[in-house]
Amino acid sequence: MVNHEIGLDAVFAALSNATRRQILARLEDADGQSVSDLAQPLGIKLPAMLKQLGVLEDARLITRHKQGRTVHVSLAAGPMADATAWLQRYERFWSPRLDRLAAVAEAMDRQKGKARK
Amino acid sequence: MTLVRRIAASPDTVFDLLSTPEGIAQWWGPDDGPVLLAEFDARVGGRFRLRFRMRDGSEHECHGEVLELVRPTRLVTTWNWLENDGEAASRIEIALEAVGGGCEILFTHALLPDEATAKGHEKGWSGSLAKLRLAAEGRQG
Repeated sequence: MVNHEIGLDAVFAALSNATRRQILARLEDADGQSVSDLAQPLGIKLPAMLKQLGVLEDARLITRHKQGRTVHVSLAAGPMADATAWLQRYERFWSPRLDRLAAVAEAMDRQKGKARK
Repeated sequence: MTLVRRIAASPDTVFDLLSTPEGIAQWWGPDDGPVLLAEFDARVGGRFRLRFRMRDGSEHECHGEVLELVRPTRLVTTWNWLENDGEAASRIEIALEAVGGGCEILFTHALLPDEATAKGHEKGWSGSLAKLRLAAEGRQG
């Protein structure tokens, strides 16, 4: 639980920066791009890019793998799923309850309808 | 977070289920385990308290205060978990509208306005997060 919370802290901290979100969005369009391909359209220098990728990697939002002399970057699903689940926690809690509320209310009104007849 | 449900029952029936201890006990429990305690003082400034046991044996209690009550169309309360005491309260807003022999319920659970300002960026994130998550899962699967 504590590790989980620390993981979420890292994910939300990593997402609190426009450049890092742009990097993730670009990976969403085309996964597995090389570091230089990712850096070019964003107009940032390689050292700055590597720093941003380090933050994303620490949050486990991306993975880097070397192929020959090129480093490729891929999105990782797990921590993003945890973050989404955290943001959707209210919905997961309430949705089944509202379904039951609806079922009980409908049963009650059907009973009332019968009683009147 | 907002959920909408169309219910084939009158707003009065639904409102009673939402705002009386006996009513709440009828729908809150069945799947998750028993409701251990339900109190609801249905007037502005009144308090509610709800304690229940989950199937894993853990017990949870929530409580809050009624901020607005217009029977049978509107109910607004604060919302707190006992186990997160000290955390800022959130807000439940329920609107009921009679529609074609039944009603439509609009159920919103949101941060209180001051907390919402502090965490405003969360809202913007949730959509893009979901998208990113799908993209990432698609590629991993």
